[in-house]
Amino acid sequence: MDEKTKTQIKDMIHKNKVFIFMKGTPDAPECGFSMRTIEILKSYKVEFGYFNIFEDEEIRQAVKEYANWPTIPQVYINGKFIGGCDITEELHKSGKLKKLIEE
Amino acid sequence: MLTIQQIKEKIEAGLPGSKVEIQDPRRDGVHLKAIVIYKGFKDKSLVEQHQMVYATLKEELKEELHALGIETHEE
Repeated sequence: MDEKTKTQIKDMIHKNKVFIFMKGTPDAPECGFSMRTIEILKSYKVEFGYFNIFEDEEIRQAVKEYANWPTIPQVYINGKFIGGCDITEELHKSGKLKKLIEE
Repeated sequence: MLTIQQIKEKIEAGLPGSKVEIQDPRRDGVHLKAIVIYKGFKDKSLVEQHQMVYATLKEELKEELHALGIETHEE
């Protein structure tokens, strides 16, 4: 991954407290896992940033390397990788996600 | 496409001593779910645990397996 892309990713995940790399957009998710993750994030009424990985193939591959995580969606809170759909849902159910968002 | 049995064997080979069950909740052979019981998950974060499972399927995950749900347990 080249420096330019790495910097782009870093800027995105630090510009917003909560950030998601997803397939599609929050209002028009194009994958069940992205849709489920957006539903969870929206339930917290927190403002979050997003990037539709279909818009940039380079970013799409780079985020997998950046987080050492092979699938999309990917959720970040305070610039830290939290997980994909499964983990976001597990943290949501256990109440840990609420704490992470409110920290 | 790997069969369910092959996925199970790959994860178990990659995590020695683990017990793996692969579910196909939507019965479509694509949106699979792997339930992995492995002592080595102890003291690891959820992200690390899932990364350990993904690491056993590195090649396959590049193309097809974008829809592998994962659930991990220590015992």
